Amino acid sequence: MTNNLRVKSSKFIDETYKISFKFNNKTYYGYKGDTLASALLANNIHLVGRSFKYHRPRGIMTAGSEEPNAIVQLHKNTSRTEPNVRATEIEIYEGLEASSQNCWPSVNFDVGGINNFLSPVLPAGFYYKTFMWPASFWEKYEYFIRKSAGLGKSPTEPDPDIYEHKYIHCDVLVIGAGISGIIAAKTSAKNGFKTLLVDEKPHLGGSTIYQNLEHFKINNQISSSWLDKEINEIKKIDNLEIKIRTSVAAFHGYNFLLARENLTDHLPLHQRNEKVRHRLLKIRAKKVISATGSLERPLVFDNNDRPGIMLSSAIEKYSNLFGVACGQKNVLFTNNDSAYETAISLFQKGINVRAIIDNREEVDSKLVKEIEKNNIKIYKGYTVVNTFGYKKINKISIMQLSKDGQKVVGSKISIDCDCLGMSGGWTPAVHLFTQSGGKLKFRDEDQVFIPDTYPSDQISIGSCNGEFTLDEILSRISKKLKDFLNIKKTEYENLEIQSNFNKTKRNIWLLPSDKIIGKTKPFVDYQNDATAKDIKLALREGFRSIEHVKRYTTTGMGTDQGKLGNMHALGIISETAGSKMGELGTTTFRPPYTPLTFGAIVGRNVGEYFDVYRKTPIHDWHVENKAKFENVGQWKRAWFYPKENEGMHEAVQRESKAARDSAGILDASTLGKIDIQGTDASEFLNRVYTNAWSKLAIGKCRYGLMLNEDGMVYDDGVTTRLDENHYIMTTTTGGAATVLGKLEDYLQTEWPELDVYLTSVTDHYATISVCGPNSKKIISKVIPNLDLSDEKFPHMSFKNTKIDKVKCRVMRISFTGEQSYEINVQANYGKSVWDKCMQAGKEFNITPYGTETMHLLRAEKGFIIVGQDTDATMTPIDLQMDWIVSKKKYDFIGKRSLYRSDTIREDRKQLIGLVTENPKEVLEEGAQIIADANKSPVEMLGHITSSYYSPNLEKSIALGVVKGGKNMMGQKLIIPMENKQIYVTVTDPVFLDKENKRLNA
Amino acid sequence: MFLIHCPYCGEREQSEFKAGGEAHIVRPKQPTELSDDQWAEYLFMRKNIKGVQFERWVHAHGCRKWFNIVRDTSNDEIKAIYKMGEKPPTKYK
Ligand SMILES: [Zn+2]
Repeated sequence: MTNNLRVKSSKFIDETYKISFKFNNKTYYGYKGDTLASALLANNIHLVGRSFKYHRPRGIMTAGSEEPNAIVQLHKNTSRTEPNVRATEIEIYEGLEASSQNCWPSVNFDVGGINNFLSPVLPAGFYYKTFMWPASFWEKYEYFIRKSAGLGKSPTEPDPDIYEHKYIHCDVLVIGAGISGIIAAKTSAKNGFKTLLVDEKPHLGGSTIYQNLEHFKINNQISSSWLDKEINEIKKIDNLEIKIRTSVAAFHGYNFLLARENLTDHLPLHQRNEKVRHRLLKIRAKKVISATGSLERPLVFDNNDRPGIMLSSAIEKYSNLFGVACGQKNVLFTNNDSAYETAISLFQKGINVRAIIDNREEVDSKLVKEIEKNNIKIYKGYTVVNTFGYKKINKISIMQLSKDGQKVVGSKISIDCDCLGMSGGWTPAVHLFTQSGGKLKFRDEDQVFIPDTYPSDQISIGSCNGEFTLDEILSRISKKLKDFLNIKKTEYENLEIQSNFNKTKRNIWLLPSDKIIGKTKPFVDYQNDATAKDIKLALREGFRSIEHVKRYTTTGMGTDQGKLGNMHALGIISETAGSKMGELGTTTFRPPYTPLTFGAIVGRNVGEYFDVYRKTPIHDWHVENKAKFENVGQWKRAWFYPKENEGMHEAVQRESKAARDSAGILDASTLGKIDIQGTDASEFLNRVYTNAWSKLAIGKCRYGLMLNEDGMVYDDGVTTRLDENHYIMTTTTGGAATVLGKLEDYLQTEWPELDVYLTSVTDHYATISVCGPNSKKIISKVIPNLDLSDEKFPHMSFKNTKIDKVKCRVMRISFTGEQSYEINVQANYGKSVWDKCMQAGKEFNITPYGTETMHLLRAEKGFIIVGQDTDATMTPIDLQMDWIVSKKKYDFIGKRSLYRSDTIREDRKQLIGLVTENPKEVLEEGAQIIADANKSPVEMLGHITSSYYSPNLEKSIALGVVKGGKNMMGQKLIIPMENKQIYVTVTDPVFLDKENKRLNA
Repeated sequence: MFLIHCPYCGEREQSEFKAGGEAHIVRPKQPTELSDDQWAEYLFMRKNIKGVQFERWVHAHGCRKWFNIVRDTSNDEIKAIYKMGEKPPTKYK
């Protein structure tokens, strides 16, 4: 089209370095230094997307991270593609491919655009009101909404890039490298503070660095030249670290901040290989200086969203920094002096400015005078009432404002234009400050929220603190830094400042129109298509809280989090509801300030490091022998070992039968092990277990049940007395850490007088359990000199012994009901002892079994699994384990709770056994248990907790909890399933070998 | 994420610690003597106030020691830290 949109460019653009890129499949050119937005504008492309709800054409509006419209999908390939990237932030590189979002099938022809004409029926809350009912229709709505709304596409393949996390500790963190930030960082570093300066942009100096007007001078130099020298100086300071392209995402309490450092997104693709893409910085700063600047406000008037309508400051930045004219017939619309600064910048570069529409009636600053001198028409006391042009603005109409600013008067004037810059004044970027817990106050004179009270050692300086003019900033900064850093002087005490900016402003949140509001579209939130009309509707419908209005109208809920429109929303609410802005408060600004990639969040914790797991010393053997694994806590446990074509059921049946018929072997290394020593160890166990421990002889083992103070079963396991003052406790695999924590808690806080020491030794030992009628023969082969006779080594006892020269502890304890030996050996010998057992057991068909078979075998014996058959509402009495609750002991954890009015109820859910009428039918764990299917509503009596087909009993068995189950022995109950009812009989939970004959067989 | 000065190890990040609820609730010495209501008072009733609160914390991923913290829950400011068994500072009561 036209090439002369490039104007005399600045030092930030390298015109010798041409870069080609693709936008919506067409190839364009830009220069090194361009953002995607500036390069598109240089190619006269404003239309970049469609709005979310009405699919209105939208153009580039800003030149920074606050951009609501120009969000694009980056990269074509399915592993790197990234949605919601702001065209105003992405620096172009050779090979960049971007496409519009929110439009289908294309940005120029969009099916959803029909919504724009339907908009009278798409008011605020439309989605809530329509699509929520009937609920069953949601799936149908969703398909069309998603298709035509389009929030971009997620990658479908793993991210090939590398990300990492880094901790940084510093004395002073300065956020923002505008003029305030540069001064602060230099002062801090020069006074010996270890300082970190970060800025989200690729260059230092903020907006001052491209400010070339004679109207703003420091020590008689144009402000940008003065700042340039400062920047050159700070680059040489040793204890000052500068990070550009680094956006602070979150400011938490205690000066803990998260920032994303972008390292490769601006590089050509071939230069990115093997490099870290994003680095998430976790910053602890003793002091924080926020110099985050301010965001220009749009103005709210009818059709204020057409492509070509931009922020005035953005037009200035595109011209001064990127050397791009956004239009050739520019009109500026303002309520303050900022637009005049833009206008002067433009005509100095030879860019046409048609007119300035100013809300104010009386204006006379030096900036205004210069415009008048150059014969640019200023319409004072006017407002824009409408704009025209579908895919690009081509005309505006303006009218005079009434004295009170509530109406328009007189006749309409039309002005042709191809770009409209708006300036509604400035909003301090206080987002990070409020995230940190800071409280704001409202300044009436120019309608801004500024920092009031600081929750940590931090200050805000410059325009984020409401100091908008050069003289305001520079006249205050020295004292502020001296107070904050506790230093005597700075080099900025006697600056000579010239600033011709006049601060008067005429603030009208919603500009009046000649039409009734119902016929207008004054957008407040561009990304979510929320208009002033929607906000007023929400208020009419009774919403008052800003947080409610926000959610109802979706104002401020886009990826830009309402950086531009939130203030207007507040203003309109306060004007309509007649409440004061300061009292209304703001919505909460939540992290992140700008979106983070998932890559940055997870860093190196991907793949096998995403959720690290614990392996037993015998893990490799299980892998070699094709075990399927089960996750138990962080552990990987062998679940079952399928042979050839076996499924889980066949494998478990085979393993279970082998363990009872001959011999089985289990890796039990994951069981928690706590070493307990001290002269009060026995007394301690007395207090934490329900049963008595004082009389347990040295060398003996005992099963113990541990309760919470509320009487509910917490953990169980076998504890062995190794010596007079030395025990080893085993816990459930999943409970190891919490049990240790709980025991430590009681020891340190309730019973500090006890002489007891606890040490976790879970990882120190491998535990190998050999069970079955042939277990004794196998162990005697592995440890020939150990006397295994029932007299010398009875059930529930332990021996210290050696396998070859390696010390080990052998416990004769059983979780299967079979005679069984548990060898505990130093972890690094685990694998070789396992191999020895396998070798010795070969002639007995020793069969490795996993957790599933272990569960089946124990269920045959009616042994509970804490967490499967219990759920923190089961007392030992409920479990029919009264036998383990000592009547003699005066106290133990949870004892008093066992006779609270609630725990002694007879109709509590109690553990029982269930057998099915049809012995082949296996119940589903979790299934409900009822007695009467005809009762309405059907009374739920309980549920199945464990269920298996027992190959040893040749029938289906189950454990369950049932209200009053203890007194229902022999009773028939029903398990209602989706298409049938299964009849069951209540039995004792011990199905096999009630007399425990097998333990000594 | 706040910084906590463990009385045994020094200043560490919050992620190393675990909170253990309200402090100075003493387990009754003779639970059997208590009525259901009295036992329930010990078992269930905890304060959750906006303002200065006395709390138990443990350096779970450090020395595993329990200690007490006086914390303003409205802004997470830690006013005092003292070991188990030590007298709580009186000026925040
Ligand atoms: Zn510690």
